[in-house]
Amino acid sequence: MDQTQEKAPRPQDQTSVFVTRKRTFTLAFLGVALIFVISAVATDYEVIGGLESIPKAVVWMARHFIPDAKAWSRLPYILSKLSETALVSVAVTVCAAICAFFFSLPGTKTTKTAPWIARIVRIIAAFFRNVPDIVWAILLLFSFGENILTGFFALFFATFGMLTRTFIETIDEVSASCVEALYATGATSLQTVFNGVIPSSLPEIVSWVLYMIETNIRSSTLIGMLTATGIGYLFDLYYKRMDYSSASLVVISIVILVIAIEILSNKIRKVIM
Amino acid sequence: MPILEFKNVSKIYNNTTKALTDISFSVSEGEFVSIIGPSGSGKSTILRCINRLVDATQGSIIFDGHDIKQADKKEIRQVRKKAGMIFQHYNLVDRLSVIENVLHGRLGYKSVISGVIGHYTEAEKEKAFQILAMLGLTEQAYKRCDELSGGQKQRVGIARSLMQEPRLILCDEPIASLDPSSSKIIMDYLSNINETMKITCIANLHQVDVALRYAKRIIGITAGQIVYDGPPEKLTKAKIYDIYQSDEGELITDVK
Repeated sequence: MDQTQEKAPRPQDQTSVFVTRKRTFTLAFLGVALIFVISAVATDYEVIGGLESIPKAVVWMARHFIPDAKAWSRLPYILSKLSETALVSVAVTVCAAICAFFFSLPGTKTTKTAPWIARIVRIIAAFFRNVPDIVWAILLLFSFGENILTGFFALFFATFGMLTRTFIETIDEVSASCVEALYATGATSLQTVFNGVIPSSLPEIVSWVLYMIETNIRSSTLIGMLTATGIGYLFDLYYKRMDYSSASLVVISIVILVIAIEILSNKIRKVIM
Repeated sequence: MPILEFKNVSKIYNNTTKALTDISFSVSEGEFVSIIGPSGSGKSTILRCINRLVDATQGSIIFDGHDIKQADKKEIRQVRKKAGMIFQHYNLVDRLSVIENVLHGRLGYKSVISGVIGHYTEAEKEKAFQILAMLGLTEQAYKRCDELSGGQKQRVGIARSLMQEPRLILCDEPIASLDPSSSKIIMDYLSNINETMKITCIANLHQVDVALRYAKRIIGITAGQIVYDGPPEKLTKAKIYDIYQSDEGELITDVK
């Protein structure tokens, strides 16, 4: 830079943004530090003791959680339960997606239903979505007992609510323009749905279904603990028997499955988009 | 006998926004009418009242013998079949092929089931290819619409509307998203269709010079009211300023 050049003018009578930014960062840092100290004192939390216990915890975990020979001998049984859980999740998601698609249609602007019908669709979807799947499972335990159907319906309701809502938004976003044109040709609502809405929103819909399959495999593990089915039950069983190495093999196999499904669905997404 | 008649039509959106006020005009078979006016003056609303994409609030609209305001669902379908429409943003199903989009023009003629499963007769397919050949799109027939240029997409839009065997084509800003050379191609096709096939054309246009060149009649709209209705030769500069409510030297058409 040319040193002899005169300094460029800067706004007068206003604090420089550089100064205010420095001040904000300093204050934010001090604030967080203060909150940490206050809460540590209030809960008798020993920072040094906490840090010191980390290596001990790692050693304990290494000793108990590494699958031993007994755990490996249970692998075929674990895998059969895991595949059961995964297949149920896929089945639930696909069923819920088909129902959610047709249920979401009256909720979209594309089908030109009366506004009150669209409102009702949205309310029903919000109800199913906002009750967590775990709560559905607990509620359904009363009617179905410890049964695979309980888990199925718990996941179904939560997925149905979630997908209805996202389908309504996706369909409105993706297909509004071609829907108008198809109605203008004299097409009926059903013809418009099959010729315009489905072709233009299918990639997005498939992408959401893949996402829900991933999420549902994870949630079905938890729900299985409640309903005593699938891989969740197996984990619960080993854990309560303090057979930690078998329990950890269950966790590892779930993690591997979820990662594999994620990689697979990303591949599928790339192809269809 | 006029093919289309507007009698004292008004449209009020949401009980508050006045889009059209007391619009009356009639269009004879074979006319090429261009509607000009500033954005938001109600041009699109007029077109959409004709095929009931928008319901007029007051007045009556007669198209091809049907009273559109009183029409039930079945009759609306009859009306829409006979009125093709092309759009500024083409409004094609981008992920489908060109030929499928053209065949969509037949949906109004089909039973619900055969429309849903996409079953078209050999005669319909033959007609679709004929129209595509006429519009110079034979090579593109099996391509997906999102691979096409803007001008090609608009030609697919025209093909879809011709597939309806319409008596009237409604053009909502057909060239507003196109470059000058594609615009000329599209307007030439529309004008050609109007002259050789005797299909009535109503086109909303932003470009006054284009309207003057192609239309045989101009309707000027300002704030939902007709302020000019007559041949392009009689549309004086003063009238144009009146339509766009601006002063001399403030319009881009003045640069000549």
